[in-house]
Amino acid sequence: MNVHYIFPFLVVCVMFLISYFLSEAATGFKYLFGVVIPYLAILTFVAGVTYRMMNWAKSAVPFRIPTTAGQQKSLPWIKPNQFDNPSSKFGVLVRMLLEILVFRSLFRNTKFRMSEDAQSSYEMEKWLWLGALVFHWAFLVTLVRHLRFFTEPVPQALMLLESLDGFMQVMLPGLMLSGVALLAAATYLFLRRIFLPQVKYISLSSDYFPLFLIIGIAASGILMRYVPDLKIDVTAAKELSMGLVTLRPTIPEGVDGIFFVHVFMVSALLAYFPFSKLMHLGGIFLSPTRNTTTNTREARHVNPWNYPVKVHTYDEYEDDFREKMIEAGLPVEKE
Amino acid sequence: MNDKKWIVLGLVVFFAIVLFPVWYNRGKAAPAPEVWLSDTAKAAETCVKPLEDIRRNHMHLLDQWRDTVSREGKRVFVAWNDKEYYPGLTTTCLGCHEDKAKFCDRCHNYASVSPYCWDCHINPKEMNYGKK
Amino acid sequence: MSDLLTPEEMKANLDYHTPHSGWMNTPVNIRKGMYCYASNPKSVETLGLPNARKWNPMEEDWELPENWQQILHEGFKERLERFRSIKVFMDICVRCGACSDKCHFFIGTGDPKNMPVLRAELLRSVYRNDFTRFGKIFGKLAGARPMTANVLKEWWYYLFQCTECRRCSLFCPYGIDTAEITIFGRELLNLLGLNIDWIATPVANCYRTGNHLGIQPHAYKDMLDFFVDDIEDITGLRLEPNFNKKGADILFITPSGDVFADPGTYTCMGYMMLFHYLKEKYGLDVTWSTYASEGGNFGFFTAHEVMKRLNAKMYAEAKRLGVKWILGGECGHMWRVIHQYMDTMNGPADFLEEPVSPITGTKFENAKSTKMVHITEFTADLIKHNKLELDPSRNDHLKVTFHDSCNPSRGMGMFEEPRYVIKNVCNHFYDMPRNTIKEQTFCCGSGSGLNAGEDMELRMMGGLPRANAVRHVHEKHGVNILANVCAVDRAALPALMEYWVPEVDVTGTTELVANALLMPGEKKRTTDLRSEPLPGMEEEADE
Repeated sequence: MNVHYIFPFLVVCVMFLISYFLSEAATGFKYLFGVVIPYLAILTFVAGVTYRMMNWAKSAVPFRIPTTAGQQKSLPWIKPNQFDNPSSKFGVLVRMLLEILVFRSLFRNTKFRMSEDAQSSYEMEKWLWLGALVFHWAFLVTLVRHLRFFTEPVPQALMLLESLDGFMQVMLPGLMLSGVALLAAATYLFLRRIFLPQVKYISLSSDYFPLFLIIGIAASGILMRYVPDLKIDVTAAKELSMGLVTLRPTIPEGVDGIFFVHVFMVSALLAYFPFSKLMHLGGIFLSPTRNTTTNTREARHVNPWNYPVKVHTYDEYEDDFREKMIEAGLPVEKE
Repeated sequence: MNDKKWIVLGLVVFFAIVLFPVWYNRGKAAPAPEVWLSDTAKAAETCVKPLEDIRRNHMHLLDQWRDTVSREGKRVFVAWNDKEYYPGLTTTCLGCHEDKAKFCDRCHNYASVSPYCWDCHINPKEMNYGKK
Repeated sequence: MSDLLTPEEMKANLDYHTPHSGWMNTPVNIRKGMYCYASNPKSVETLGLPNARKWNPMEEDWELPENWQQILHEGFKERLERFRSIKVFMDICVRCGACSDKCHFFIGTGDPKNMPVLRAELLRSVYRNDFTRFGKIFGKLAGARPMTANVLKEWWYYLFQCTECRRCSLFCPYGIDTAEITIFGRELLNLLGLNIDWIATPVANCYRTGNHLGIQPHAYKDMLDFFVDDIEDITGLRLEPNFNKKGADILFITPSGDVFADPGTYTCMGYMMLFHYLKEKYGLDVTWSTYASEGGNFGFFTAHEVMKRLNAKMYAEAKRLGVKWILGGECGHMWRVIHQYMDTMNGPADFLEEPVSPITGTKFENAKSTKMVHITEFTADLIKHNKLELDPSRNDHLKVTFHDSCNPSRGMGMFEEPRYVIKNVCNHFYDMPRNTIKEQTFCCGSGSGLNAGEDMELRMMGGLPRANAVRHVHEKHGVNILANVCAVDRAALPALMEYWVPEVDVTGTTELVANALLMPGEKKRTTDLRSEPLPGMEEEADE
């Protein structure tokens, strides 16, 4: 038993129970979970993310300290690796895109093993990369798909995305791969935190909490879409969400229980986002080991707080050693 | 390195994307469609399932019917109120709800749902239209 | 060193099980052989750094100033504004664990606090407590804890078990760089006078005498004169190196370790022979300096300000001597400082010219602003243009592999230049396995000022992954020499090899160049720079 995951698990369970039963209990609570909390959450998200980003922006970048992950640009006949060691701004752009879109650095991951006779080996290990990639992309696709609840008329591109996501055409309503992938990947990320001893050792409550929330969000979404007795009236759900984004909030008939659980957990995630590690979404853009050019000897970087320091000058040095220098035949400034 | 302006620009773009629905709808949107009932439907008074149930779960019923009719050959559906129906989309559902465009499509379009019922089934109204 | 475990004992000790108690509840256990002695107060005073006093890490009382917690808090706060890297790295780690098994100290010790993520968490936990609302409200549950004497000792112990090699930062999806965190953490510790002596004393020496070893100007010249004698024995040529020469073309700066101890001395002889060759053939005038006689910069392991204070001598001396540009010798962290810090700290070097090789006409575009070129870049360019007459067969007794030093690898990206040079001066070259070289290279285990004697167990453990990779090519290809471009490597790897792979020697790259270099007017060489017989010359060498 480990308080780091028990506690956030309980918190998420309590969140489920509260939102489920209270929203069933009285219309007033429906308004709370369906309107008040979502509005507060999005406000917190926008204000919080802005605050955090500007707070990072406020700090100086005194040096360019890129991690060079490939051959430098030096002599004209040596081919530089312009994306893993980008000397140009374009190279940095590509490097950042690779990091953000396909998790370039994580793709390098290796698994270390020590044999009985202490010979070490480092094997390719792509599961973490794959799990993380599936998780983030599935999350994004799921989010974008949800725009159908927030736009009227629904843009064509969105329908295309939906038909791609549901290309398997199984089940009714049609199975959306992204939702299942999200749940599976989040579960994988949770299980590796529990079963890999080193990862378990470093995991904090703040690592489990968002995972549980996201698992809860994906699960409640899936239940409400596919399970007959838990289904909601989709038209009513859209009426509610459209009310939110057109600033004319309303609670229609036909949404209940599990829907409010879903909305509450999403709200919680949004509100929690700016104060947590989830800010890696913004932080990755500001990581100086990735977003700076590596032509550090070619172009000077200016440190805004560079201040003069006390140095031991040549004159002081010569004063210390003049006699010895003259004796050894070393040239001096003052005889 | 003054990169503040880039960070601000990034934030603006990010929130523009996040808040896309707000500016896309510009504060107004067509109201959720009302359910349209034909005279036949009004006359029938009851559906094959209670109202709340059919609204949320009609797709599951159709799915079920497809299996029982075409795979098991059961051609009678005993409803919640002991009435017997022929379990079929075109005959039974569209028998009452005569206008697919008004009855089915309005909500499906609103919720951006494109059921593949019509890959096989033909809207009887369109058939008649063709004959004329 | 007598109480150092045997390799077998050390192997048997390897254990990767995580303790039952959480890391916050596992108190630090400062163990002999794993830490370096405390800084000598005299050295701390020379630099004018705070809280110079005699202290001992093994004692309960570290003689901290009364308000030490406040000093740390203020120092932390100030640096959060000065270094966006720190602020971002404190905030965005998701603890995915990708870095956990990338650190040579974790691989060698199995100590979970040597996982880069946990090393950073030691600081993050205090950051959360002091600077974040969640940490203040939820405390331990949010991974926060207040700064206590035990936490401070933990910081000290583990921040001096990191060699700032940046291997973890390569694998981190957000580029979180533990080197940056260690640099920052050590800077905070220095506010309380908590340095190690292996760093503090070289820094003080370097400040006063111009180099880490405290070699005074006349002695520095003497040492190079010894090499002149040695080179005369080997080649029959009498070299005349320039010292502090005004108006020379190029100022050459290399770590003082190379003039002091084997096998770096052979590399130093290599530089001298190369410069002599270039002088004779092409009239290139290179000067050494006794004032800027240190390429390395242990200030980098102390604090940014101290780094700047030591580094300032390079440009100052280049300006005083009126050279065109600066050439830098083989050194690891020296090149991180030059490549990523020097221009920003002490530039712009507008009194120097944009570096051009007067021999080949090659413009070193990549060094246009900093105006300092790496000896390996310089030599590779000479070889490419056929400006050096070479006989690689003189190195035929060597089966060479190349150890990419951490800093030129992940702080620069210099991979092909040294390989090109080595392949042109040696006939037998074998790279180590892909996951242990180039950007994925493993540290020697002794970098960032940890190459002392008293922490030998730590060094041998930390060097295990490197040694394992060397053993692999030793067994597979019969590799018998480990080349590198780093003075700390030349000081540290011999001990590591002797411990884990005793059949393998260590060499600098320029030593191999000088071995192969056909110098005008030289006598028939029978030995290499180490006075060991060249292949086929065994009998003649004995005479």
